[in-house]
Amino acid sequence: MVNLQPYASPSYFIIIGLCLLPIIVGLYHGKRFVAYETLFSLVFIVLTFGGDHWHQGVALIGYVLYQLLIVGGYARYRRRNNQTSVFVVAVVAVIVPLVVVKVTPAIQVGSQSLLGFLGISYLTFKAVQMVMELRDGTIKAFQPLPFLRFLLFFPTISSGPIDRYRRFEKDYRTAPERAKYLQLLNKAVFYLFLGFLYKFVLGYIFGKLLLPEVAHAALLQRAAFFHTGLSLPLLGYMYTYSMYLFFDFAGYSLFAVAISYLMGIETPMNFNRPFAAHNIKDFWNRWHMTLSFWFRDFIFMRFTFFLMKHKLVKNRVRISQCAYLVNFLIMGFWHGVTWFYIVYGLFHASAIIINDYWLRFKKRHQGLPHNRWTEGLAIFTTFNIVCFSFLIFSGFLNVLWFK
Amino acid sequence: MDTKQTIIAILQDITGADVSDDLDQNIFDSGLVDSMATVEMLLELQDQCGIDVPISEFDRNQWNTPNKIIEKVASMQ
Repeated sequence: MVNLQPYASPSYFIIIGLCLLPIIVGLYHGKRFVAYETLFSLVFIVLTFGGDHWHQGVALIGYVLYQLLIVGGYARYRRRNNQTSVFVVAVVAVIVPLVVVKVTPAIQVGSQSLLGFLGISYLTFKAVQMVMELRDGTIKAFQPLPFLRFLLFFPTISSGPIDRYRRFEKDYRTAPERAKYLQLLNKAVFYLFLGFLYKFVLGYIFGKLLLPEVAHAALLQRAAFFHTGLSLPLLGYMYTYSMYLFFDFAGYSLFAVAISYLMGIETPMNFNRPFAAHNIKDFWNRWHMTLSFWFRDFIFMRFTFFLMKHKLVKNRVRISQCAYLVNFLIMGFWHGVTWFYIVYGLFHASAIIINDYWLRFKKRHQGLPHNRWTEGLAIFTTFNIVCFSFLIFSGFLNVLWFK
Repeated sequence: MDTKQTIIAILQDITGADVSDDLDQNIFDSGLVDSMATVEMLLELQDQCGIDVPISEFDRNQWNTPNKIIEKVASMQ
């Protein structure tokens, strides 16, 4: 049987375009063909997880049934009761499969957990969100089918952007007005072509053509600077990798948003010119936004709320520092249980804590100069700090130092 | 004290800034309020206004100006 990886080849876009036609015609006439959309989504999920990826397909089915049981079970419980302990157990149960998948390669080097499949993290974000909102009472009724549709929405299944249940559900329940839908179509076409430019042109140039060259050059400089390997080619690797990472991922995200728009679903954008950020805080409002907002809403804010409500820590500066550490450490571990992902998390936590010191200093000293030169310096500094963090993230230092 | 004054006082307490001269300013875009200040505000709303806003109810687009906050709080009381 054939296997098609999402957004990987021209044929994928042709097939998806043809299959989308009835949906587009329907939406243009203000109708949503739910049965056809469901069938179409199932076919694409089978294409992604079928063929020689069939074991991932089995893992996905098992995972989805498990989450239905946990989230559905918690929703049922929540109708009458609201014990914190049960809520905690539900959250832990929801993330257990992901933890197993992330920890397995760290314990048994080189082996992957049988529970794993492409996109498990993104499905877990959605499931955790459900439990938290059921706890808050912002999601009141649990309906298995809409939940499955949200969890398995195939344009975003492999790597996001991470949508929110209530937002998604609202879009799905209705068809957009014609004028609105035409706007979405317009944007979708633009995003598709921008995505092609990002992923298949720029991402290809930086990732496939340049990156191996600079990597090779940097590895030849292992003995440089007291055997630390710090060299100009390494600097070249840092910038090249950063560009590759952005264009590849932003390109992918544009595809996912574009296909969603064609289906009349306004999946949120993932990037907003991240390299124009003038500080680290600003950067996280522009880079992989749906992930950082998810972390902000479901980890950072909840953790600070917990600390403040129970008055565990008095000083508000300490509270925010603790929360940043927890937030970015979890993000690091989520990327994978390796030293470089965890250091990447710690690095960003430190950067944002230092940034906050600076922002407070600036608030106290209102007379500090502010002009386009200081703004330029801020953007330049942020850019380099971010690129350095991506060098850590890339795992290249692991190869350079330990392999 | 009415809702309007309470909210202005809460915001002043948290951010150190007096927002009363422009009640339609975007408090997130200007960096006046961040996630941390949001949580402080939610706790103050709980204490002072007796309204319970869960974090998942807090959509930034609906709470981004002092006027919108006042309106929201008034509707929840």
